[in-house]
Amino acid sequence: MIRALGWVLRRDLLLAFRRRGDVVNALVFFVIVVSLFPLGVGPEASQLRNMAPGVLWVAALLACMLSLARLYAPDHQDGTLEQMLLAGEPLVVLVMGKVLAHWLMSGLPLVLIAPLLGLQFDLPGDALAVLCLSLLIGTPVLSLIGAVGAALTLGVRGSGVLVALLVLPLYVPVLIFGAGSVGAVATGTGAEAHLMLLGGFLALALVLAPWASAAALRIAME
Amino acid sequence: MLEARQLECTRGDRRLFSNLSFKLDRGQLLRLAGANGSGKTSLLRIMCGLVLPSAGELFWDGRPIRADREEYSRNLLFIGHLNALKDDLTALENLQCAAALSGMPADAGSALAALDRFGIAHCAELPAKVLSQGQRRRAALARLVLSPAVPLWILDEPFSALDVGAVVELERMLASHLASGGMVVLTTHQEVQVVAHAILRVDLDLHTTALRAA
Repeated sequence: MIRALGWVLRRDLLLAFRRRGDVVNALVFFVIVVSLFPLGVGPEASQLRNMAPGVLWVAALLACMLSLARLYAPDHQDGTLEQMLLAGEPLVVLVMGKVLAHWLMSGLPLVLIAPLLGLQFDLPGDALAVLCLSLLIGTPVLSLIGAVGAALTLGVRGSGVLVALLVLPLYVPVLIFGAGSVGAVATGTGAEAHLMLLGGFLALALVLAPWASAAALRIAME
Repeated sequence: MLEARQLECTRGDRRLFSNLSFKLDRGQLLRLAGANGSGKTSLLRIMCGLVLPSAGELFWDGRPIRADREEYSRNLLFIGHLNALKDDLTALENLQCAAALSGMPADAGSALAALDRFGIAHCAELPAKVLSQGQRRRAALARLVLSPAVPLWILDEPFSALDVGAVVELERMLASHLASGGMVVLTTHQEVQVVAHAILRVDLDLHTTALRAA
């Protein structure tokens, strides 16, 4: 079972490596959006510090959503998804492999580059650390929930817009507590509560999302 | 043993077939015939468990296939009209991934030998996107070489895009699979020259099933 997960992960990472452009696209989008804000808003440090958590989190959320369209659609087109359904392994395990690969390619790079971008907003060190931590806990939730949306809209025309409509309401709590945790450091109330709630979301998504995604895939293949 | 009882399939408001029953025993080959659009591929997908029939039930060794989907999946190998090849992976990587996912991990050596059996060992390191249509089909069919232990092979138009040499090789493989107690279900428009214990023929146009002993 673990071996099947490993193979899916390995295959998707190898494919991503062969198509580096797609991975870089989302990252460049994130960097550009975040970098444009200080230019547009002006160089006033206190204002930038206030808006930094929101801007960084919204940009991360949108960057993650951009890559959702490529989660299942290519597999659906070339028939490998059919084979995954017939793999003789629980589909949930294979879905987890795909989601993990998606996070490693679209979530983790954002986490790693976020502190650098945070400097543009004059965020202090402790806020940068919490920003990273909140993204580290929050972006897997985005991938997990996104996988359900991507599976539900598989093979539907105009699926990009539909995914956004389905997934964004579910992303909102993650956004609120993710950005809120960084804001809480600035106001001095401490980020623990926010981060714990994010962790709770992650646990919930880990338990529910792969099953929902697998069930949606089976329906989509009918 | 695979048994279909009273299968019915409707697409939209069109009924493709109904009251379709047959039994497939070890060593038997089932050939689905019928005009384009008569529901051959739909029936294959039902037999794989990918689609539910609108009525009726399929049984594997007497148990409904829906009872334990994973267990049934381990007993079957499906090659659809899509080749299930990733364009950016090489033929060898594609074969190894597919074999590993169906629970039969193959090392590079045996995967290469499988590709060689279908005469495309020289393309093993090429990405699938540069292969010709026939070569892609061969790369997909190479999975059969790695799966002699899987009893039920379900093949959708396996002969399409193949040249004469590959057709002969495939027929030989089907025959040896049947001889060793395997089962084959396939759709094709050309006559198959497979020596089998018995060839079962289901004609979806006529709704008839006929058994022809070889």
